[in-house]
Order: sequence, then structure tokens, then C-alpha cells
Amino acid sequence: MLKFLFTVIRRDVLLAARRRGDWLTAQFFFVMVVSMFPLGIGPEPSMLRTIGPGVVWVAALLASLLSLDRLFADDYRDGTLEQMLMSPSPIALLTLGKAIAHWIINGIPLLLIAPLLGIQFNLPAEALWMLVLSLAIGTPILSLLGSIGAALTLGLRGGGALVTLLIMPLYVPALIFGAGAVEGVLSGTGSEAHLSLLGAFLMMSLLLAPWVSAMALKVSVE
Amino acid sequence: MLSANGLACERGERLLFRNLGFELGRGEALLVVGGNGRGKTSLLRILCGLSAPAAGVVRWRGDPLGKAHEQYGREMAYLGHANGIKDDLTPMENLRIAAALNGRELDAGTATAALERVGLSRCMDFPARVLSFGQRRRVALAGLMTAGALLWILDEPLTGLDVEGVAMVERMIRDHVVAGGLAIMTTHQPLVLDGLTPKTLSVGE
Repeated sequence: MLKFLFTVIRRDVLLAARRRGDWLTAQFFFVMVVSMFPLGIGPEPSMLRTIGPGVVWVAALLASLLSLDRLFADDYRDGTLEQMLMSPSPIALLTLGKAIAHWIINGIPLLLIAPLLGIQFNLPAEALWMLVLSLAIGTPILSLLGSIGAALTLGLRGGGALVTLLIMPLYVPALIFGAGAVEGVLSGTGSEAHLSLLGAFLMMSLLLAPWVSAMALKVSVE
Repeated sequence: MLSANGLACERGERLLFRNLGFELGRGEALLVVGGNGRGKTSLLRILCGLSAPAAGVVRWRGDPLGKAHEQYGREMAYLGHANGIKDDLTPMENLRIAAALNGRELDAGTATAALERVGLSRCMDFPARVLSFGQRRRVALAGLMTAGALLWILDEPLTGLDVEGVAMVERMIRDHVVAGGLAIMTTHQPLVLDGLTPKTLSVGE
């Protein structure tokens, strides 16, 4: 069981390493979107500090959506998805593995880039740490919930835009608590409550998303 | 071993076939015949468990497919229209990852032997992207050989293969069935299985 999960993850990471261009697109997109804001709004330090956490979080949502429509689509096209669906292991493990791989490929780089981008918004050191922490808890949620959208829209024309419309509303709690945690550090009201809720949300998506996504995948492939 | 009863399939509003049934035991082959768009591929996908029939049931070793998922996944191998290989991986990596996903360890020696048998000894280190259509089909066939499955379900296995490749597939299927395996296939080309007459099942008249 676990072996199957690891094989799925290793396979997807290997494939991403072979196609570095595709992989870098989402990271550059993240950097570009975040950097546009100080340019557009002007260099007012207090203003930038207020919007900073929200901007970085929204950009992280968009960057993760950008790579989601291909989560199952490539494997669907070349027939490897069918082969994996017919393997002896439960399909929920396949979708869990794909979501974890998506997080390793797209989520972890965001964590590493985020503090650098935070500096552009004049965020103090404690807030930068909190930004990384909140993204570390939050980005797996994005990958897990996103796998549901990717599975539902598999094989549809214009699936990419549809994923965005379907999944964005589900991302809202993660955005509120994630950006809220950083806000809490800035305003001095503390961020434990936000982090706890974010963690609870992660646990819930970890438990439910793979199953929902597996069911959606079965329907889409049929 | 494999039995189907009262199978029906609908696509959209259209009924493709109904009341289709057969039994297949060890050492038997089944050739599914029918024109384009009659539902041959749909039937094979139902037999694989990839889609659910509108009516009827497929049983493997007496259990309905839904219940036998794990065992069926280990004992059945499917070759569809798509080859099921990744363009960014070499043929060798493709075979080994496919085996690992099925819960089997495939050592390099066995994989090399299979690739040599399908005539790909010169292309083992290239990504599948640079291989021709027929060569990629051959990689998929090597995967079929290394899958160690009892039941082969083959959808147009001869597409894209040259004369020598067709003879190779015919030999593969024959050897598999003579050794006690089961095979279900569709093809529009004549299939000569030396000394073996497959059952036929005609779909959607």
C-alpha cells in the first residue's frame, strides 16, 4: 500500500524533473504576480505591509491553480492513468499520491521563494517566518482540494478555466486563515487561532479529498 | 474464469449492445468482432473494469469485478488504443515503473530481455518521445509480457506494427494462450494464431 503511494510520488517527481520548463512556469508566475503589486500601488511602506500577506497568499493560490489542470490530464492522454486505475491498489491512494507529488513539485518551491517576496512588502522577520509557516500548512490544502477539481474536469474542453471556477471557492478558508495568521503577527493579536484552524482544515482535506477525487476520477475516465 | 452475463452498454442515448454474454476458461482466446462504432472498445473497457455496464455483470473467478478489484488488477493486463507509456521516460524506466505500480519488482535483466524480444535493443536508453509510433507500441507490448498477467485484454494490438511485428504479436498471444493464459482481443486485420482457433463474439449487429 505505502509502496504504491511512494511509487506514484517518485514517478511524478521524476517526470517533473524531466520537464523542468513546465515546472518553472508556475514558480515564475508566482514571482511575477507578487512583484506587480508594489510596482502598481507605489512604494508606501505601511500600505505595502498591510496588503503583503494577502497578496502573497492570493498569488500562491493562483500559481497552484496554474499547474493543476495538468495533474491528471497528461496521464489521461497517454493512457498511463487507465493503467494506474487498473492497478491492484485503491484509487484513493493514487489521488493522494498525485496530490502529495503536486505539493512537492509546486508547493515547496513557493515556501522557499515566499520570504524573499515578503521583503518587497516590508514585512518584518517574525511576519516572514509566519508567512512560511502558514504557507507550509496551507499549500498542501491547495494541492489536495485542487486534485478534486482536476479529476472532475478531466477530459473536458476548457478544463483549466473550469478548475479555477470550481476550486477557488473551496480555497477561501485557507486564504482567510493563512493570510490572517500573518496579519496577526503584524497587528500583535497573535496567530495561534488562525494556525489551528488552518491545521484543522488541512486534516479535513487530507481525510476527504483523496476519496472525493478518486470518485470523480472514476466518473471522468468512464 | 472470466464470465460475462447480460451485458449492455449505452453511449449517450444510444444502445450499443445488450444481452451479451460469454465464458472464457484457461487456455482460451476470444476474438471480439464488429464494425467501427459497434462498441468493441466499450465492451473491452467494461471487461477491464474501467467503465460500468448499463446492465449485466462481469465475474472473475466467480466474484463480480467490483469485489475482485485487487486480485483482478494483479491478474489482468490491458493494452488499449493509448500505449500507456510516458514520453519523457526511457522504455526501461517505463517498464519498471509500470511494474512497481502493479506491486511487482522488475529487475533490469528481465526488462532488458523483454525489450530485446520486441526488437528494441537499440533504443533502450532514449526517451520514448524520440521513438516511432510502432516502436512505442512495442514498448507497450514488452510491458504486457513483463506484467505476468493471466488475462490479456488487447484492443487492436496490431495497429502501427510492421509485418514482422504482427508475426511477433501473433506468436506472443499464441504462446500465452498455449501456456494456459486467457486472451481477449479485437482487430480488423487477419490474425493467424498457429494451431489455435479463438472463440468469436460479435458485437452490435
